[in-house]
Amino acid sequence: MFNDIGLILPELVLFLGAMGLLMLGAFSSKDATRTVDFGAIILLLVAAVLSLTQSQNGYATAFNGAFVVDGFAALMKALTFVATAIAILMSRDFMAREKLARFEFSVLLVLAATGMGMMISANDLIALYMGIELQSLALYVVAAINRDSLRSTESGLKYFVLGALSSGLLLYGASLIYGFSGSIEFAEIAKAFQPVDGQLPIAMTIGLVFLIAGLAFKISAVPFHMWTPDVYEGAPTAVTAFFAAAPKLAGMAIFLRVMLTAFPDAIIAWQQIIIFVSFASMLLGAFAAIGQQNIKRLMAYSSIGHMGFALVGFAAGTQDGVSGVILYMTLYAIMTLGTFACILSMRREGGMVERIDNLAGLSQTRPFMAACLAIMMFSLAGIPPMAGFFGKLFVFRAAIDAGLYGLSILGVLSSVVGAYYYLRIVKIMYIDAPSEDDYQPMPRELSIMAGVMAGFALLFFVYPAPLIELSNGAAAALLNGAGTDVVTGLLSRP
Amino acid sequence: MYHAIVFFPLVGAIIAGLFGRIIGHKRSEQLTSGLLVASAILSCVAFIDVAMNNNPATVNLLSWIHSGTLNIDWVLRIDTLTAVMLVVVNGVSSLVHIYSIGYMSHDPGRSRFFAYLSLFTFMMLMLVTADNFVQLFFGWEGVGLASYLLIGFWFKKPSANAAAMKAFVVNRVGDFGLILGMAAIYFTVGSLQFDEVFAAAGALSEGKFDFLGLTLPTLTTICLLLFMGAMGKSAQFMLHTWLPDAMEGPTPVSALIHAATMVTAGVFLVARCSPLFELSPTASAVVICVGAITAFFAATVGLVQNDIKRVIAYSTCSQLGYMFVALGVGAYQVAMFHLFTHAFFKALLFLGAGSVIHAMQDEQDMRKMGGLRQLVPTTWFMMLIGTLALTGFPLTAGFFSKDAVIEAAYAAHAGPHMFGFVLLVVAALFTSFYSWRLMFMTFYGQPRCSTETLNHVHESPPVMLVPLLVLALGALGAGLVFAGSFIGDGQAAFWGASIFTGPDNHVLHDLHNVPLWVKLSPLVMMMTGFIVAWVMYIRSPEWPAQIAAQHDLLYKFLLNKWYIDELYHLIFVRPVAWLARLFWKGGDGYVIDGFGPNGIAANVLRVTQRFVGLQTGFVYHYAFVMLVGVAGFVSWFMLAGGH
Repeated sequence: MFNDIGLILPELVLFLGAMGLLMLGAFSSKDATRTVDFGAIILLLVAAVLSLTQSQNGYATAFNGAFVVDGFAALMKALTFVATAIAILMSRDFMAREKLARFEFSVLLVLAATGMGMMISANDLIALYMGIELQSLALYVVAAINRDSLRSTESGLKYFVLGALSSGLLLYGASLIYGFSGSIEFAEIAKAFQPVDGQLPIAMTIGLVFLIAGLAFKISAVPFHMWTPDVYEGAPTAVTAFFAAAPKLAGMAIFLRVMLTAFPDAIIAWQQIIIFVSFASMLLGAFAAIGQQNIKRLMAYSSIGHMGFALVGFAAGTQDGVSGVILYMTLYAIMTLGTFACILSMRREGGMVERIDNLAGLSQTRPFMAACLAIMMFSLAGIPPMAGFFGKLFVFRAAIDAGLYGLSILGVLSSVVGAYYYLRIVKIMYIDAPSEDDYQPMPRELSIMAGVMAGFALLFFVYPAPLIELSNGAAAALLNGAGTDVVTGLLSRP
Repeated sequence: MYHAIVFFPLVGAIIAGLFGRIIGHKRSEQLTSGLLVASAILSCVAFIDVAMNNNPATVNLLSWIHSGTLNIDWVLRIDTLTAVMLVVVNGVSSLVHIYSIGYMSHDPGRSRFFAYLSLFTFMMLMLVTADNFVQLFFGWEGVGLASYLLIGFWFKKPSANAAAMKAFVVNRVGDFGLILGMAAIYFTVGSLQFDEVFAAAGALSEGKFDFLGLTLPTLTTICLLLFMGAMGKSAQFMLHTWLPDAMEGPTPVSALIHAATMVTAGVFLVARCSPLFELSPTASAVVICVGAITAFFAATVGLVQNDIKRVIAYSTCSQLGYMFVALGVGAYQVAMFHLFTHAFFKALLFLGAGSVIHAMQDEQDMRKMGGLRQLVPTTWFMMLIGTLALTGFPLTAGFFSKDAVIEAAYAAHAGPHMFGFVLLVVAALFTSFYSWRLMFMTFYGQPRCSTETLNHVHESPPVMLVPLLVLALGALGAGLVFAGSFIGDGQAAFWGASIFTGPDNHVLHDLHNVPLWVKLSPLVMMMTGFIVAWVMYIRSPEWPAQIAAQHDLLYKFLLNKWYIDELYHLIFVRPVAWLARLFWKGGDGYVIDGFGPNGIAANVLRVTQRFVGLQTGFVYHYAFVMLVGVAGFVSWFMLAGGH
């Protein structure tokens, strides 16, 4: 029992901390937002460190196999928690100026992170569902946190309705799988779900499709992406920044875990779905983004497209592919957060602006912001030597090694189309004439974040080895189930 | 010493070209001219050492290409043939440099001009000092480049740009032949080094090789291909069209490149390859025919041209034809001798014409000149010497060399030598006529220019006249002094091993023993031409117009240069332009752009609008899409993949 508690320590810390912060906020005589925000950030960072240290234990399960801790979980959780912490940090100025500063926001984000942590460590269908619902409920609320805004509440409601639908699909799939295999544990399902004479049992395959639909919804992959543009646009920008990074990391992590640990032998089935979803996401992300005027909507399609690229590595189903996905998601989260740091700074006298045209001539009025955003755009477009290029390089290489030539070629082609809208933003910033009114100066934490992220994207190629080795270690841990110690392995590297 | 001769011009070109702006025009001029003069003096020393004292040299500079069996070193090969060219190139070049100081004194791009001139000189030296075909080709292309740059020196003039491009393109045709010839040599001999190739000439003359199903005699094919290159560079008939147009360049350029040096590169090439041509009667016959036709054709066109520089340009073309006839009949020494003397008097004529043009404020049309003798007496006198030498007045340079060519054509036994002889004699008549026509129209009669221009006519400054004087001395004395060594009794010792003549080749000996009427024919032709010109342009100046009117068709034919440019336009330029348009508009514009970038871009926009349209904002649409997705996957597995 104590051993079990030790394994869920990061989530436990987050959960109890969230409760504590809630009490603090509710019973504090004066406005405790600032204290709660920083408390939440500290909690998340502590949880991140705790989950990293957990990887020293190697592979371990808790609560009768419902909860698993391994190198993969450790790394993905740490990334998710840090991304959440950064989202809170970046939201502070925005929330204050938009008069949305409430301590509940940070508490909700910490609870969402708790859900994500549980999701990443889920090792059976019940734990999976519980983790997903815990994070989703928090996300529905923060999407609608601007209660007085019609768009914000609309987006929250849409998200909730569609999320409920996706949960229903997921549950239906889970029940089919349980009904067929007689178990909810991933390892048991894997044993039951074996191809017979090269054929998979059809009922189980249908269950798999429903399960995938529920998971694909979380990472907003086509055709389960429809909520994304509306929610991204409608939610307050700080919330969008959060949505674009941490939940995607967690969603992709659990997607990988479910497919590779519960259905390793069913790869012939799910690979086809992943290939289609990946292809459709890349295509839609590239084409639909071109038509956007609102930068948040554009980022929504951008993230759909990037999920498609990450899924290219997933489709390969190999260790290299998984490693590529992890690397891709990490770089994607960094680039997205950096981009949103700039978008959160698009504030003029009259308030926030969100149109792409508003960036015209930014290079003259706010050169630093323009430079950071330009680096982010180049990186998102995957232009060497920016970080984004390496993400694409690794997933495509894995796909080529796995023989997925068609998908790789289509992926590269759609990244060409996608480059158009990223570079258009650079063109607008650097070539178009600036408009009359100036942007207000970048808040300090945002300019630091933007600068750090841009510097990372720009200089990643100088020393990419640590991140690549972390990804490799995590992928090995996931696929082998063995106790690969990701972090200390890296630290003790000669 | 040889290093200095070759590299002084390069040093000048680099300094004037790259740092001309810094050191200024004046220093650029002085530097390049000074280096060229030094190089010219050293060339004379080398000439005495190598040719007179029979002391050929080879200087190893560096190893250039070593790849498999292909070994090419950068070696300066200084034998008599090269020494003669060194004197011609550096001598004329240094004089042209000095002359240009005066001629280009008002041009804002003078440093550039002198850099180009020096660059050209260096490339020409590379060509003549080559020890192998690749090195020769390097110089060959280098002079082509410099020629292109100098013809288009006044790049703001569209006609100059067009002429520069034409020169380059037409030369490419010839160069194509040269490259193929070099390839054939390497293919059959396995080396491109002159000595090794020449040593294998005997074996080659027996050999045959298969190409595209044809069995070709090896040596003849090689010689004809090399000659094709020579035709392009030396502006022989069919590939001559660029030379008259090249007169768009500054006049000193015409004197240096398009009269004295570059255009004689083809002659040099054939003379250098005498061991090959000697063994291929077919190729030699072709050389005779092409040379004779060129000599005749260019002389006829020269009869009626009105642009003073174009007359001299056609004259150059014609004289190059003479040299090729001499080469074809096996009298390589005579050809080189004519090259040598021609360099003096043709450069003199060009620079004299430049002096006239300078005096007339850039007027080149002879119909607007006349009566300039009293106004520019020194120039007139220099032009007179040049004309005398060109027409072959006794004891001038042309008298020795040109008459020797005609006599050699008669005395030879091989090939269509009589064809060459007849055409050359006729061409001599025409030469005399157009030369004197030029003199009479320019310097005699009543001035036909505006009074304002006439008032400004002035004699050129000494810096331009001194080079004329030096060239005039050459035009007068070069023949008398050097005839003995070049083509006389001393020729065997003089040329040494640099020119090869077969055992049956006695042209050089026989040409001294031709019948008297043959010896006199050029002289008679010269006198006739002079008299006719005098009658038509001094005694009865109304005659030319009448004759032109009576023989309108013939006049137009000659005036339009046998319509060869028009013919080329019809046969080559228009179809190529049509084809290019087809590929441009149809292939690139319609097919590639239409279905490529532009088409894709347009479709991207259409697809984008569709995708954006999908996003309706209604929750039930979104849910519907999700369910359709699930249903689609399930159906896929049930029907196709589910088994």
